[in-house]
Amino acid sequence: MLRIAPGARHRVTVTVNGRPHSGFAESRTLLSDFLRHELKLFGTHVGCEHGVCGACTVEIDGRAVRSCLRLAVQVDGAEIGTVEGLAKDGALSPLQEAFRRRHALQCGFCTPGILISATQFLEANPDPTEAEVRDMLSGHICRCTGYEGMVRAILDVAGGAS
Amino acid sequence: MKPAPFEYCRADTLDEALDLMAEFGSDASVLAGGMSLGPMLNMRLARPAAIVDINPVETLAGIAADGGAVETGALCRQVDALGSPLVAETVPLLAEALPFVGHFQTRNRGTLGGSVCHADPSAEIPLALVVSGGEIVLERKGRSRTVPAGDFFDGIFTTAREPGEIVTALRWPVRRAGTGHAFDEIAQRRGDFAIGAAAAAASVAPDGGLSALSLGFGGIEDRPVLADLSGFAGAPATSGTAADAAALAADRANPIEDPKASAAYRRQLARVLGRRVLERAFQRAGAPPC
Repeated sequence: MLRIAPGARHRVTVTVNGRPHSGFAESRTLLSDFLRHELKLFGTHVGCEHGVCGACTVEIDGRAVRSCLRLAVQVDGAEIGTVEGLAKDGALSPLQEAFRRRHALQCGFCTPGILISATQFLEANPDPTEAEVRDMLSGHICRCTGYEGMVRAILDVAGGAS
Repeated sequence: MKPAPFEYCRADTLDEALDLMAEFGSDASVLAGGMSLGPMLNMRLARPAAIVDINPVETLAGIAADGGAVETGALCRQVDALGSPLVAETVPLLAEALPFVGHFQTRNRGTLGGSVCHADPSAEIPLALVVSGGEIVLERKGRSRTVPAGDFFDGIFTTAREPGEIVTALRWPVRRAGTGHAFDEIAQRRGDFAIGAAAAAASVAPDGGLSALSLGFGGIEDRPVLADLSGFAGAPATSGTAADAAALAADRANPIEDPKASAAYRRQLARVLGRRVLERAFQRAGAPPC
C-alpha cells in the first residue's frame, strides 16, 4: 500500500522514450502536466483535459492512452512513449514522414497525440481498413486540417508495411 | 481543469482496498481506468477526500468462465474484453456493444466495472449487462453480495453501491443455443455519448415462436431500462413482431430531454433502434429471414 497525503510531493521515476527520468508530483498532478512541467517534455500537448480531444495521448506500457486521465503518481516505474521518441537519430519515423508528405497537419497542435495513437494502432493492427483507421482517428479532434490527409498518411504506412 | 487536492491511496491487494474503503466510506472514490472519474476530478464535479487506486489488484482484471456465466473482473479493460475469444463466443451482446464504448485510446484503459459504477445513462456496458440479465458482485470488508443488473442502476450517476463497497466483478450469463443478441446506437459522432442505444436478446423455439424476449434502451431514460414485452411470448419471430414490440416499448418509455435531443426524438430513436436490434436478434437466434 502507498499513501500520499494531499499536497505532499512524491518522487516519480519513469522511462520516457527509453531514457530514465525522475521528478516530483503531488497526488493530484496529471501525467500530462508532469511530462510538461516537471520533465520539460513539451511535445505532449494538453487540450481538453477530460479525455475527449486526444492531444495528450501517450503510450504507456505499450498502449496509447490519455495522459490527462492518468495521475503522475500512478506511472512510477512505467515505460512511456511520447512524440519526442518517434524520430530516430534525427530522421523522422515513416509515419511522421507520411504526415509531412500528405499534408496531414497544419497548426500541429493535435499531431503528437495522433502520431502516438497511429503508431500503436499500426503495431496492433498492421493492415487496417480505411474504416478502422477512421474509427481510431475518432479518438482525436483536429480543428484545422481535417482528417483526409491523416487517413492517407496512415494507410500509406500500413501499405508499405504489408 | 485540475483536480482538487486528495489523498492518494494505492491498494496492492483487494483486502487493502477494502480496508481503505472501510476507512473513508463515502469520502473515497475508487479509481479503476479513470476514463470517467478522471474527467469528474479534472472538472471538480467530484472532490473526494481520498482516491483508492485499485489498478495494482491484478486478481480483479480477469475474464473467466464460471458455470453458466462469464465473470469479468471489475478491472478488466474494455480492450481486453473486446479481444477475448471467450467473450465473443459466449457474451456476443457485450462484444457487439464494446466498439461503441468511447475510442480505441480510452478502451485501452477504461474498464467494464468502472463504466458500470459510473452509471452514465447513455453507457453501453450497463445496458448490455441489464439486457443480458447479468449481475454485479460487490464487496466490502467482511461482506459480499450480488445484485441483479436490473436493480443496480438508480438514476444518473447513481447506483445501489453503498459507501465502503467496491464492485469486484460482473457476471454475464452465457448465451444459450437458439438465442440471438444485437446492439445498436446513435451518437453525434463515433465514440461520443449515445443519444439513444438499444440492445435485444431473443430466444426462438423450433416452431418459430419467441420463447424469450428482452429489449432495453440506453440514453433514453435516466438509466438503462428494460421494456415489458411479456405480451409477445410465443409471438412469431418476424419483422412485424419486431416493429410492434419496439413501438410498444417506445410508447411506454419516459424519454429525457437535453440540448442534444428532444424527448420526441429519443422516443423515435427507441422505436427505430428497437426494431433494428430485435430483427437482428431474431435472425441470429435462427428465425427465418424477416
